[in-house]
Amino acid sequence: MADPFLSIQHVRKSFGATTVVEDFNLDVERGEFVSFLGPSGCGKTTVLRMVAGFEEPSAGKIVVGGKDITRLKPNQRNVGMVFQAYALFPNLTVAQNIGFGLKVAGMPRADIDARVAEMLDIIKLPQMADRYPYQLSGGQQQRIALARAIAPKPKLLLLDEPLSALDAKVRVSLREEIRSIQKKLGITTIFVTHDQEEALSISDRIAVMYGGKAEQVGTPFEIYNRPATKFVANFVGTLNVLEGKVTDAAAGTVQVNSEQVSLKGKLNGSKSGDTLSLALRPEAISLGRQPGRDSSLSGEISEVHFLGSVIRVRVGIGGNTVSLDTFNSPATPPPAVGEKAEISFSSDDMLVLH
Amino acid sequence: MKTGRFWAWVVFGLGAAYFFIPLIATVEFSMRMRRGVYSFDAYQIVLGDPRFQATFGYSVLAALFTIILGVLIVVPAAYWIRLRLPQLRPIVEFITLLPLVIPAIVIVFGYIRMYGSNSPLPFLASDRGTDLLLVIGYATLALPYMYRAVDTGLRTIDVRTLTEAAQILGAGWGTIVTRVILPNVLIAVLSGAFLTFAIVIGEFTMASLLNRPAFGPYLQNIGANRAYEPAALAIIAFAITWGCMSLIQILSRFAPKSANRPN
Repeated sequence: MADPFLSIQHVRKSFGATTVVEDFNLDVERGEFVSFLGPSGCGKTTVLRMVAGFEEPSAGKIVVGGKDITRLKPNQRNVGMVFQAYALFPNLTVAQNIGFGLKVAGMPRADIDARVAEMLDIIKLPQMADRYPYQLSGGQQQRIALARAIAPKPKLLLLDEPLSALDAKVRVSLREEIRSIQKKLGITTIFVTHDQEEALSISDRIAVMYGGKAEQVGTPFEIYNRPATKFVANFVGTLNVLEGKVTDAAAGTVQVNSEQVSLKGKLNGSKSGDTLSLALRPEAISLGRQPGRDSSLSGEISEVHFLGSVIRVRVGIGGNTVSLDTFNSPATPPPAVGEKAEISFSSDDMLVLH
Repeated sequence: MKTGRFWAWVVFGLGAAYFFIPLIATVEFSMRMRRGVYSFDAYQIVLGDPRFQATFGYSVLAALFTIILGVLIVVPAAYWIRLRLPQLRPIVEFITLLPLVIPAIVIVFGYIRMYGSNSPLPFLASDRGTDLLLVIGYATLALPYMYRAVDTGLRTIDVRTLTEAAQILGAGWGTIVTRVILPNVLIAVLSGAFLTFAIVIGEFTMASLLNRPAFGPYLQNIGANRAYEPAALAIIAFAITWGCMSLIQILSRFAPKSANRPN
């Protein structure tokens, strides 16, 4: 395998006695779009800021394109960055903002003008060149910030929660636009977010972070369907966690409530009598027995939420509550609270959390 | 509601009378130099006096140097404190307030003792040296106003993020301060500059004790020896101060608007 374009190696960051990032490792390929996903305080922004050069690692190194940039100043790294708060220069027009990095680099005026026009076309705001930031909406400002970041053709693009300050509709359209521009330019990108939907929808890979460490690095499909830890399983998507007891480790059977579920090959060294945390995604569960689903559990419907196209049903099973989604059908009335219900699922979809 | 508005106008009228009656009286008195008719004789005499021109010119020049010195000290200091040393802000604010507490006469005697012709730094041994010391003293006197004006300006922008945005685009400290920070706090700097100007133009104690030909000692001298000219000078000084304040208002219209509050 070729050397990674960006390599974050054993990076640690402490502020006084508090360690914010612990032994963080990540390799990113050229042109890849990698998201750092995690709750507030997990260290994702600190890692990004170390890549940008705003924080110096307490240990470890950061290599970009084969060059160690760990101790370089931010203005020596040729890295572009988009900030959550836009950070456009209020005294400069849109064109001057986009051309700022080019002017600093000493590019001739004509080349700057051409590049600015090209950037404005890419972000589909060609008519905005002479406006000031205060004359733009939040979404427009963030697109200008993106254009400003990529105008000097940086080696690496860093996006620090760029969509957090925008309303829901703009967020969705802008994230698609960011991804499309990133693919078009082939620029290696790190995207920091705490929004799992954002991360899942636009990333080539996701690093789920918790407590200053990468809990799991993988494609959105792997992260969602094969979470490596309990934290990842809980943080990404909605998850039903059931307690189960291993009844026969050799046969791979686990007792959930009073029913047996076969989890052959998933018990990973568990012994008979061990208690396990088992997880099921709501979309992996059906109400009633369905063909192709080898396991079932009985309970009572405790809540029904009508969400339009989907009905979310909560079923009490022993001491656990399981959420599942069913599509709304005008011909079928939603189930009623208090009804006895059976849920079915494929044991292949059940995750054992470690 | 109507009663409330009536009393508001009464209070406004009283306030306006409090400020304007002495002013009108001074204007009226300054124009009574020629017996029986109003004239601008006192203004003509004052403006035609070579000492007025020399002292006013000296003080304007001293004010300009004071402003330059103040901006060079205060803008980088206030910027750095906001960016990297926010924990020092209360201490720096206290220090900048000291010139309001310590009388100018104490400061100037300190200067005379510290920088006399026999000291290792003999500022007072030459006229230029004394001028320099006077400018430094004026910058100290204006520090509370200049620092507060600049700090308030810095508070209206996201100093850290703008700095980082400029840094990541390749800018060094010089570029960041001159092309990103200063233009965005320019109005605040100008406010501080005009306040500095107003202070320097009328300052008496330092200029008098350092024996410099400034406008303040000239004002005092005229006031002690003439009748109508001091009133004319007071009005001229007042007009200069108001002119400065009006300039602040006009320039503030050109202030860069915050991008964080679109429309």
